[in-house]
Amino acid sequence: MQPEAVAAAPPPVEDAQASAPARRRRFPAPKITVTRVLLVVLWLGSWEVATAGWLDPFYYSRPSAIWGRLVDWFTKGTAFGSIWEQIGVTLEEAVLGFAAGSLAGIVLGVLLGRGRFIAEVCAPFIKAANAIPRIVLASLFVIWFGLGMSSKVATAVVLVFFAVFFNAFQGAREVDRTLVDNARILGANPRQILTSIVLPSATSWILASLHVAFGFALIGAIVGEYTGADKGLGLLINHAQGTFDAAGIYAGMIIITVVALLAEWLLTLLERRLLAWRPPSSSAAADAQI
Amino acid sequence: MAESPPAIELRGVTKRFRSRDGAAHTATRDMSFTVRQGEFVSVVGPTGCGKSTSLSVISGLAPAGEGEVLVHGRPVTGIPDRLGYMFQQDAVLPWRTVLDNVAAGPRYRGAPKRAAREQAADWVARVGLAGFERYYPHQLSGGMRKRVALAQTLINEPSILLMDEPFGALDVQTREHMQDLLLELWSGTRAAVVFVTHDLTEAIALADTVVVMTAAPATVKDVVRVDLARPRRVEEIRLEDAFLDVYRRVWDSLREEVEITRARGARRAA
Repeated sequence: MQPEAVAAAPPPVEDAQASAPARRRRFPAPKITVTRVLLVVLWLGSWEVATAGWLDPFYYSRPSAIWGRLVDWFTKGTAFGSIWEQIGVTLEEAVLGFAAGSLAGIVLGVLLGRGRFIAEVCAPFIKAANAIPRIVLASLFVIWFGLGMSSKVATAVVLVFFAVFFNAFQGAREVDRTLVDNARILGANPRQILTSIVLPSATSWILASLHVAFGFALIGAIVGEYTGADKGLGLLINHAQGTFDAAGIYAGMIIITVVALLAEWLLTLLERRLLAWRPPSSSAAADAQI
Repeated sequence: MAESPPAIELRGVTKRFRSRDGAAHTATRDMSFTVRQGEFVSVVGPTGCGKSTSLSVISGLAPAGEGEVLVHGRPVTGIPDRLGYMFQQDAVLPWRTVLDNVAAGPRYRGAPKRAAREQAADWVARVGLAGFERYYPHQLSGGMRKRVALAQTLINEPSILLMDEPFGALDVQTREHMQDLLLELWSGTRAAVVFVTHDLTEAIALADTVVVMTAAPATVKDVVRVDLARPRRVEEIRLEDAFLDVYRRVWDSLREEVEITRARGARRAA
């Protein structure tokens, strides 16, 4: 379960004229939606039917039981208190880890991307650190920081940091030489070059990594809770596992998925705002990737 | 009063680069020429001969290696004051609007935002882009982006203006428009211009002096005066007899070098 540091490349900036003919033919929206709904119905329906016959619902659960568990959690609460409290705790850990990890990743990534000497000095250490199965650190953090929130935040930070770091590093390194030279000629000092050239041009790289990074933050928080916690969605799933409650595991998974999708949506809004200067690219292709 | 030093002076500039495989590549060899204040000099030479290198050493973006580079009589150590440089590639910032791109120079030099924008709006209008202030570069054509780059460079009122094939990527009609615009904006500024191009017509139509470079490593082969009256209109001047005389003279000088370059290319391809 080691998340590899994926360098999520930003979509290339292209001329509006160049991308226009490349835009794909779109299918009518209702047709797509109806097909999607049909697929879900088919999938859940066959699952439900299968568990009435040869599939043992004790191991594999069934959609109706999972739905029942979700209703139960939201109306009567869980074994550890209100479901909202569990969601809140996990979300808080993930958000804190995400914020701290991405900030550190951006700062260090840009710093090393611009400073060739430190980059060369640090390269082997970073490679080694990236090769560590960082999930294992969760166990160490429980020993260091105890069962409270800080050990989960620490796990999330470690996972997020590397995802963001590599992209920020690459983004800062790939800055167009001509833009920097032009700014120098126009009278920019090093600080101005950093803020007006390097950071904006690394932004698309960094934002691309933030999408992946929030997923990692959630993984970090939940794995942290797995390792030992008194609250959170990870604990809920772990408890469900301990009591052979397959429906509970599925229900926990669904909640986490919804949380992740909401976060993804918020990040997309942020990205649209920050990259408003970009040509309207093939967003159809981006939608299809989710 | 002693005569003021030339705006730009290159004395025996030799510049070597180390290529990726470690071999030394000499870009310019013993290159010398001067540009007076207010003079428009075109530099022509075969493709890949090292013309652009002369600009990077004048601008201070690259150190000179051997030889001396003087701007206003002082050796170049960093980027000289009041120097403008228009690059071959697009150098406008894609994330800034036309207005903010043009305002970049004054902003970097500490002008308050409002003053910089007012000044920029004036320059945007002077390059014929009034009404496009809030557009982003990707919404403009290649020619319009060059206008933005021109305004961005000229707003700093450079006394030295370096141009590296700035209109090379444009179609012929747009290019002639840009050449006329450049001459119009330059006239009366007394800026010294070094304009690198491989288009002979462009070189002669714009310049007071054409410097012909040899095949790589580049050194000055010939300096040809262009005695054509100003103001000029590019599409008309190229039909005049005097223009054709200069063209023949420059081409005679350049042809040999172009042939050497071609022969080398053919040998490499073989």
